[in-house]
Amino acid sequence: MKTKTVSRRATASHRRPDKLWQLRLYVSGQTALSVTALSNLKKVCESHLKGLYHIKVIDLVEQPQLAKGDQILAIPTVVRKMPKPVRTVIGNLSDTDRMLAGLDVRLV
Amino acid sequence: MKTNGSKTNGSKTNGSIKANGSIKANGSIKANGSISNSKAVCLPRCPTGIQGLDEITRGGLPRGRPTLVCGSAGCGKTLLAAEFLVRGAVQFDEPGVFMAFEETEVELKANVASLGFDLEGLVRRKKIVLDYVHIERGEVQESGEYDLEGLFVRLNHAIDSIGAKRVVLDTLEALFASLSNEAILRSELRRLFRWLKDKGVTAVITAERGRDQLTRHGLEEYVSDCVILLDHRVNEQIATRNLRVVKYRGALHGTNEFPFLIGNEGISVLPITSLGLNHKISVERIATGIPRLDAMLGGRGFFRGSSILLTGTPGTGKTIVAANFAQAACRRGERTLFFSFEESPNQIIRNMHSIGLRLDPLVKRGLLRFHAARPSLYGLEMHLATMFKEIAEFQPQVVIIDPITSLMDAGTDTECRGMVTRLVDYLKAGQVTTLFTSLTQGGHALQQSEAAMSSLMDSWLLLQDVEGNGERNRVLYVLKARGMAHSNQVREFLISDRGIDLMDAYIGASGVLTGSARAAQGALEKAAVLASHQEAARRKRELERKRTAIERQISALRSDYESEAVELRRIDEQVGTQTRLLTTERAASGILRQADAKVAAGAPGKPRQRRGN
Repeated sequence: MKTKTVSRRATASHRRPDKLWQLRLYVSGQTALSVTALSNLKKVCESHLKGLYHIKVIDLVEQPQLAKGDQILAIPTVVRKMPKPVRTVIGNLSDTDRMLAGLDVRLV
Repeated sequence: MKTNGSKTNGSKTNGSIKANGSIKANGSIKANGSISNSKAVCLPRCPTGIQGLDEITRGGLPRGRPTLVCGSAGCGKTLLAAEFLVRGAVQFDEPGVFMAFEETEVELKANVASLGFDLEGLVRRKKIVLDYVHIERGEVQESGEYDLEGLFVRLNHAIDSIGAKRVVLDTLEALFASLSNEAILRSELRRLFRWLKDKGVTAVITAERGRDQLTRHGLEEYVSDCVILLDHRVNEQIATRNLRVVKYRGALHGTNEFPFLIGNEGISVLPITSLGLNHKISVERIATGIPRLDAMLGGRGFFRGSSILLTGTPGTGKTIVAANFAQAACRRGERTLFFSFEESPNQIIRNMHSIGLRLDPLVKRGLLRFHAARPSLYGLEMHLATMFKEIAEFQPQVVIIDPITSLMDAGTDTECRGMVTRLVDYLKAGQVTTLFTSLTQGGHALQQSEAAMSSLMDSWLLLQDVEGNGERNRVLYVLKARGMAHSNQVREFLISDRGIDLMDAYIGASGVLTGSARAAQGALEKAAVLASHQEAARRKRELERKRTAIERQISALRSDYESEAVELRRIDEQVGTQTRLLTTERAASGILRQADAKVAAGAPGKPRQRRGN
């Protein structure tokens, strides 16, 4: 899986850019867990952070050296780089409540 | 015997599936050619380079397999793992990966730098990769299923980046604290160990000691090839670290608990020497420095490389005998190492000077070295290690330990016996003659209390105080001297300002006589000798007188005899003269009488006839 950027920001142009959520999803190849995680993440972001988020998918098979920076241990892992502080959620994100709590997403 | 044992062991496991794996691994190692002593059935080993550990495990950790090192907090797990990695990189050219779950890279570097490991430099030279894995339970939310592929990726990346052969996972169990899904964790750990094996790296995994199992989270379930247990015990205020190889699948190993210590050069597990009794022995004899003592020991002193125990109550002169021995050794040109646990070197030198023993020139010439330390300075094992280090550094032919008993206060009885055994073993292996002095309390129990230690010794001298007559005197026995004829007698041991002298002690009805009693006995004997001398002289004189009297008688008789002989001669002469006179007178009177012409003519007629012829 190539690193790709999923961006949805057009509809929320009135918000300030520093409010933009930067999320990184670490995966390792096209595994079932990774695919589920990405679709779950997108789903939640669409419903809660529409237009305010930016997801970067990092495949550790291709870029193993990146694992160290965000202290990646479990796969899949979502790291909220912005807004600060950095928050981490691991798992295929099937438990939406836990994921929302983990990323500290308040209902908009 | 050794090969025999390992062979049978190997064939035992051969049947199992695991053994197949080992053979496979063996082949791959052989291809690398990095281990020399691997046999067809023997598990290939990965030398740790840690002093003593390779001896216990007969070559090192199982190559290409994970080893579990467990122990409670502060017993040196991380250090053992770090040393395994550093020595691998430095000594065996096997790069390694250190994955730390508890300490950061900076902390780790600082911690091992105190042991002289330059982790920083090794990292820079790409011999070691440090990876600090940090995960906090509070910071991570779990949502749904996951695996630990990230860990695998990081490890794999680290291994491949330097071609690592060794891997350390320092307290993998930290994961149990940070991740709540234990089922996932356990299956992932099982996968991890399998993966490490497949990767062919020799791994060391550290884990906390559990309450009733080896590790808190039962990691031993997954790592079943080799398990090493570390332990830190405090006994009578003295802490000792112990190491035990609990399990080593498919291989012989020492199963005992071995003390180990963390010195300034890393870990060293004792014994450093082998466990066998196969020292080279010498028939050379070396003098004790006290000629009379040599005489008691078959005339030639101790065997080289033997261990000598010198027991004595306080103040019997143990140190003096030891110093004499040291001096004699130095005079032969042998290096002598003097471990003093009660006196400072200068004090010994001063005290020995008072009995005419000059040690300071020997120290100056570098033949004699003192090592003084208070027994309570550190634990027994540390003492032992320091002593080993000193011995290895100075390479002495003679070692003196004065006294071994004060060192024994630093540990329990069993530990001490073990320590003395190891010390004796180590010194004997190096053919070092060792004199242990041992302080005992008075009374007869001393021989019993020393029995345990004395059986390790080849010779045993006993110095004792004999009290009586209002004085204490020193005596010396040779209690035992293996392999040599030795005197069974008690000698009185005199210390004067000229040194040591051994005197024959008198043995009388009331026991051994020493000191003034011996002197008195000596005087008595002298008086008796004198009396007998005088008696003999008197008898001699009497006989002489008798002889002269007889001689006088003989000479009187002789003079009598001679005067009679003279008389006899005179009588003879008188008779002769008378006869002659008578004849001439008769002839003259005949001529006068013209009595017989015929006789007269006949008598002068004869000369005429002769003339006619």
